[in-house]
Amino acid sequence: MKLDAKIPAGPLAEKWDQHRFNLKLVNPANKKKFEIIVVGTGLAGASAAATLAELGYHVKNFCIQDSPRRAHSIAAQGGINAAKNYANDGDSVWRLFYDTVKGGDFRAREANVYRLAQLSCNIIDHCVAQGIPFARDYGGFLDNRSFGGAQVSRTFYAKGQTGQQLLLGAYSALMRQVSIGMVKLFPRREMMDLVLVDGKARGLVVRNLITGEIETYDAHAVVLATGGYGNVFNLSTNAMSSNVTAAFRAYKKGAYFANPCFTQIHPTCIPVHGTFQSKLTLMSESLRNDGRVWVPKKPGDKRLPRDIPESERDYFLENKYPSFGNLVPRDVASRNAKEQCDKGKGVGETGLAVYLDFSDAIKRDGENVIAGKYGNLFEMYEKITGDNPYKNPMMIFPAVHYTMGGLWVDYNLMSTIPGLFVLGEANFSDHGANRLGASALMQGLADGYFVIPYTIGGYLAQTSFSKVNVSDSKEFKQGIDDVQKRINKLLSVNGNRTVSEFHRELGLILWDHCGMSRNEEGLSKALSMIRDLRHEFWENVYVPGTGNDLNQSLENAGRVADFLEFGELMINDALARKESCGGHFNTAFQTEENEAKRDDENFCHVAAWEYTGDDQKPDFHKESLSFENVELTQRSYK
Amino acid sequence: MISKTINLTLKVWRQNRGEKKGRLETYHAKDISVDMSFLEMIDVVNEDLTKNRKEPIAFDHDCREGICGMCGAVVNGRTHGHEKETTLCQLHMRHFSDGDTIVIEPWRSRAFPLIKDLIVDRSALDKIIQAGGYISVNAGGAPDANALPIAGEVAETAFIAAACIGCGACVAACPNASAMLFVSAKVSHLALLPQGRPEAAKRVQAMVRQMDECGFGNCSNETECEVECPKGISIVEIARLNREFLKAEFS
Ligand SMILES: Cc1cc2nc3c(=O)[nH]c(=O)nc-3n(C[C@H](O)[C@H](O)[C@H](O)COP(=O)(O)OP(=O)(O)OC[C@H]3O[C@@H](n4cnc5c(N)ncnc54)[C@H](O)[C@@H]3O)c2cc1C
Ligand code: SF4
Ligand code: FES
Repeated sequence: MKLDAKIPAGPLAEKWDQHRFNLKLVNPANKKKFEIIVVGTGLAGASAAATLAELGYHVKNFCIQDSPRRAHSIAAQGGINAAKNYANDGDSVWRLFYDTVKGGDFRAREANVYRLAQLSCNIIDHCVAQGIPFARDYGGFLDNRSFGGAQVSRTFYAKGQTGQQLLLGAYSALMRQVSIGMVKLFPRREMMDLVLVDGKARGLVVRNLITGEIETYDAHAVVLATGGYGNVFNLSTNAMSSNVTAAFRAYKKGAYFANPCFTQIHPTCIPVHGTFQSKLTLMSESLRNDGRVWVPKKPGDKRLPRDIPESERDYFLENKYPSFGNLVPRDVASRNAKEQCDKGKGVGETGLAVYLDFSDAIKRDGENVIAGKYGNLFEMYEKITGDNPYKNPMMIFPAVHYTMGGLWVDYNLMSTIPGLFVLGEANFSDHGANRLGASALMQGLADGYFVIPYTIGGYLAQTSFSKVNVSDSKEFKQGIDDVQKRINKLLSVNGNRTVSEFHRELGLILWDHCGMSRNEEGLSKALSMIRDLRHEFWENVYVPGTGNDLNQSLENAGRVADFLEFGELMINDALARKESCGGHFNTAFQTEENEAKRDDENFCHVAAWEYTGDDQKPDFHKESLSFENVELTQRSYK
Repeated sequence: MISKTINLTLKVWRQNRGEKKGRLETYHAKDISVDMSFLEMIDVVNEDLTKNRKEPIAFDHDCREGICGMCGAVVNGRTHGHEKETTLCQLHMRHFSDGDTIVIEPWRSRAFPLIKDLIVDRSALDKIIQAGGYISVNAGGAPDANALPIAGEVAETAFIAAACIGCGACVAACPNASAMLFVSAKVSHLALLPQGRPEAAKRVQAMVRQMDECGFGNCSNETECEVECPKGISIVEIARLNREFLKAEFS
């Protein structure tokens, strides 16, 4: 199949408007005849479910948590970008578009990114109307800050709880639709498979996480907004239930997986403390606005930070990147921290940390001002580490945070399976090889509030649907059968190792060989290590309990089993991309200044992988990217 | 950071699905690093149980950063444990001492039926929000975000109320099992903002009615909720709800 991104013709700035006009509309009276399944209640899923219901479609909305309000999006701290230019500092739709394309190291689609930048403004308007308590200035107008390497102030925020407040906005819109019967909620359900009828996405097989029952649901279209797969690394900043299962099941049913090796490692996380650590905690990167990153100049210097004089400190980001300093993009900041630690200059007990020091900012602005900006973050740090960041510099280290890769979608956000749409972090579309700070919330909400409501109409209006019935269509029966078999298999291995042991081991393999920097030898080695681990898993895992009960070990086992297959796909993708770009840093491809060196001639494309069978090499499909509006340049943050 | 470890005795509520009554079972948590969170400590115990071919303790959790509101248990009689303004996932083991015995029980409230072990059904809280915890605005029609300035203090006060994570600890802590703190947080958040005013009267009435229908108890100013709330939601919000409610009833 040839990939067609369905990018509308015409000038960049007019594509979306023109496309909206060209899309077929579903007659208002007909909307109620359509049922749509939305999997996920994060920013992307909740906004989509609520908006589709507002339009008159009947929606079934699923999530793993006990309430839609608890989706992983709730944890986002820093903020959401929008090209409002309220700060009058030179921002514009064009600049946000340009920054995003460049930040993504020229591996995203121009048309999608431009649309995202346009819609960013509508998002803020809608969120304020919903009652989201964004930060405001004395005059009562919305406050903005500069964030994650942007040179303009375009980030809207609600203290350190932007994700929570935005999600509660979407959740409340969703609850309103639930109360009038337009959305039916299915919490504590896990999607186990996608059901296709006549080649179109028509339903789901899900596991009821309380009773263990396997249930089926049908619809005219399925929207996946199931988030990212960062937990393939075991330790990440993602919520514990974040998984690849939903996307991976769709992949196995024919949806192509795009750029799986593009993962983002966030520079400012609290360092790992021990083997039983369950997750990593992100410290908002807004901290880099005032905190200065440094390590001792001398490797192995074990003195307390305050005993190390200025002249013996290496402010490595400021020194290496004089114009961006501590605000370089995430991939650059992370890689540099790792480089310092590799040289033996890391600090703390494990040597896997660098300092983020606020003492100069406190001297300059006073403790009150700093507390006003970061008070809650400082408290959180102290709660977790037991150390006071007003007195001692924080210690930070990079951690897996976000996945740019995801299911391949066209401009309409439809995957290669007709009727399967993918939104939010689960798709691959807008961030290229590296996502800029405060852009994921923007993308999730743009997809859900403003893109899918139009594009799904175009699909529904043009498609003819056969009648399906969950109780007697063979496709659904087959789906239940497959899922039940897999669950029985997991429960019957009855080996000697726990699921978490396998997950930890997989995570370490990927972190070492497919993390911040990669090379061919390591990747090849990792490939065979993962295969061995997967075989061992199916021979030696032990999953306690039964299938027809609430069984969290079984839930984890299913997710880890998918990660064990998916890890291989990531590595295959990393091996095939013989260049460095954004979060994919192959040490064989770097500039003299150790920056990622792209190969635009051979790799200016999206790599989309097609499943061909278990233990088979997936087929490669290429979507070439063409840049008509921006010039491809070497990213430089000097 | 010096890594120190402690040993603990746990008494944990175990109850199968559908079982009428549960029981406290005793477990030993050995070599627990004080840098671990409370939930990581339970992970270690669960890993141990699994290795001994026993079923691990079922408990709700997700973000493990104190924001999703999914976790929660009564620890030695205190919801989310004894640290002020802390969710269970953010309670760290450095606040316990070697040799301690810790009793861990689920939220107990008529409106939160027990599902299994430490997991309860809190869907009643969603029902209350469905009754009116929103501003009725469809996507697409909003005016420019800065068209309506809102004084900084007002936005800030609304924000403080909006910080509720819907964990249900206030209900579990209340001798009457009232959900008043939770409801008042949402009512205040929206009533304080000009966008929320048009529906304010209808909202407070509908939410309070729904709270009663869900089987939550009445508020008799015990103030336990405020003490136990991990997000520092104050009973000032309850006073505001009461004013809103009276205003709505008499207008
Ligand atoms: C700590 C942290 C801080 C962040 N801060 C920022 C920030 O400041 N700004 C920013 O722009 N971005 C930030 N991000 C990134 C951003 O939060 C996420 O990318 C975004 O919220 C993802 O939203 P989503 O709707 O795509 O998915 P999620 O919010 O992950 O939602 C996924 C949903 O799918 C459901 N689901 C998943 N799998 C299944 C399944 N198999 N069956 C049924 N349901 C399923 C889940 O229950 C959930 O409801 C941050 C991320 C982290 C981890
Ligand atoms: S008011 Fe506090 S205790 Fe009650 S649900 Fe909200 S955050 Fe939890
Ligand atoms: S797990 Fe999310 S608040 Fe504790």
